[in-house]
Amino acid sequence: MPDPMTPLAITAYTATSAIGQGLAAQLDALREARSGLRPNDFSSAPLDCWIGRVAGVEDAPLPAELAAWECRNNRLAWLGLNQDGFIDRVRDARQRYGAHRIALMLGTSTASIGETETAYRRLDADGRFADDMRRPAIHAPHSLATFVTAALELEGPCLTISTACSSSAKVFANAERLIRLGLVDAAVVGGVDTLCDSVLFGFNALELVSPQPCRPFDAARNGISIGEAAGFALLERVDAAPGAPRLLGYGEASDAHHMSTPHPEGLGAELALRDTLARSGIAAAQVDYINLHGTASQKNDEVEAALVSRAFPARTRGSSTKGFTGHTLGAAGIVEATIALQAIEHGLIPGNLGGASPDAGCGPQFAWTNEQQRVDVALSNSFGFGGNNACLAFARAEFAA
Amino acid sequence: MNPLRIHIEGIGLWSKQLGDFAALQALLAGHVPEPPSPKPAATTLPPNERRRAPESVLLAVEVAGQAVAMSGRTAASLTCVFSSSHGDQAITDYMCATLASAPTELSPIRFHNSVHNAPAGYWTIATGCHEPSTAVCAQRMSFGAGLLEAISHALADHCPVLLVCSDIAGVFPLAEQTGCTQSFGCALVLSPEISENTLASLDITLTPIQGSAEALPEPLAGWRAANASAEALQLLAVLARGHGHCQLDAAATLALQIELRAAETHRDDVHPRAAEHVA
Repeated sequence: MPDPMTPLAITAYTATSAIGQGLAAQLDALREARSGLRPNDFSSAPLDCWIGRVAGVEDAPLPAELAAWECRNNRLAWLGLNQDGFIDRVRDARQRYGAHRIALMLGTSTASIGETETAYRRLDADGRFADDMRRPAIHAPHSLATFVTAALELEGPCLTISTACSSSAKVFANAERLIRLGLVDAAVVGGVDTLCDSVLFGFNALELVSPQPCRPFDAARNGISIGEAAGFALLERVDAAPGAPRLLGYGEASDAHHMSTPHPEGLGAELALRDTLARSGIAAAQVDYINLHGTASQKNDEVEAALVSRAFPARTRGSSTKGFTGHTLGAAGIVEATIALQAIEHGLIPGNLGGASPDAGCGPQFAWTNEQQRVDVALSNSFGFGGNNACLAFARAEFAA
Repeated sequence: MNPLRIHIEGIGLWSKQLGDFAALQALLAGHVPEPPSPKPAATTLPPNERRRAPESVLLAVEVAGQAVAMSGRTAASLTCVFSSSHGDQAITDYMCATLASAPTELSPIRFHNSVHNAPAGYWTIATGCHEPSTAVCAQRMSFGAGLLEAISHALADHCPVLLVCSDIAGVFPLAEQTGCTQSFGCALVLSPEISENTLASLDITLTPIQGSAEALPEPLAGWRAANASAEALQLLAVLARGHGHCQLDAAATLALQIELRAAETHRDDVHPRAAEHVA
């Protein structure tokens, strides 16, 4: 087990998803138990399902100086960066530390693949990409990070993490290691994934998509609702902002079981949790809230509910918020990290929207409706295809492990 | 700031021309190495998985298996970082073509194999590895940025790390955008500590990119141009020669300056192993 780490300050954060643009809109939707899911109206031949679509992405082109990076994913990234004064906070950090002392670690599962899909629908007579689609930097999974580097004018280490649905949780770990080693003084972390045919038809082919709005941890759950989102956070050493909420720890582990179903006993998920608690220097009983992965797939929710039951006391509260946002895939980690941070900031345990008839495997830890209570420590679970598990721990500044 | 020091315990390499690291050493020594069989053997995978696995997975598993075997470590004990500029370009081509013509006929297996972390998934499943695993990319900087991630994990958490960087050849028409015209993969087992398995030690400093990339001799220069992951040839050539320095791009304006340190071992009797693999 790892030694406890020195916590980091989270000096700015933001999220944009189907429940709204920016933190105030997100908090409002959580308080009002208002889902952002709607009937699928995406793509030319929409599947019969519900989606978490961000309104207005189509009408928000990139500014002229960034137009070379045009695509839905980068538009959503730009929309996300412009909420909650995030760009200004990064600019301040850049002035304090220098552009080369700030890392950029971003998670995405499909980046701008939607643009490559478009190129294939519009091949020219020779079967080649049309002239206006010949954009090598866009037809690559690093396109998001390349765009955000340009938009934020950063010159430090820059990496795309693409481990499916754990991608933008793991970015906190990448950033913490670089800061701990003194290679950078701050890091912008986050993730963006947008709706595209690859994921809609792909998850449909795996029979993992529900025809209704997703119902995480419900006895009658029958699959996920796919969503899109952008989220970002700025990490610095605690002395830069002693009053800011903290990244207390994180954990990563592999199931070594199956490419698209979780380990039946949640082995990797539990290893990631134990790693997180050790790195945070806390016991499970000190956890006030867990934002669960809770995709509403049969298997994930069964395995995760069992893990919550065996690892946490009844007082620890847990819920999935995918009934609000849909499963935002590579952006789920960062979006749910911001919900965990809002739980700490506002004392709001968001209810597990969509779980009207709880699965028998769910213990007393589940918050089925909103609860108001002080939250000192909040975790966030993110699990991905390939058995890739991550867990994050956040705490208020005053909390001493 | 002091350089980051990391020790290499295993090296894997596969391309159409070079079946392993020894073939690169032979080439640089003036010999003509025998090309490997046309498909990576990837014997770490059980036979049924090998049949199912896409080409990107076979390539990554082949070089990972070589590096781990050379290191003498157990694969299950290694944190792993899988880097690739483009993932499985053949699957991306299949998916985009199918979505354009008959989207509801998309293959579920090809979809789950399309995730960027498919090689990490297959590898951890085949080796029973529960350690952290990740899949990363950074365009043509995928090797440099992946190396920085692997080193930072090894040094921050004081653990050995397997780094794999690989890209398969692209398929028309996507290949015209990716510029990958032939397969290339390599792997390193990195350790924060010198040990009886150390082959070479590296001192690494982060600096702004200085000048343009050093010229590699042909045919290495052509191979590098033909695959984003083959940027690694700059470091592999230094390792094969057993001395020297190279600059690897790790981000748009950031480079790793890498100095191969003279063989330094903690026991006298290990020099023959180092000599056999490096220099």
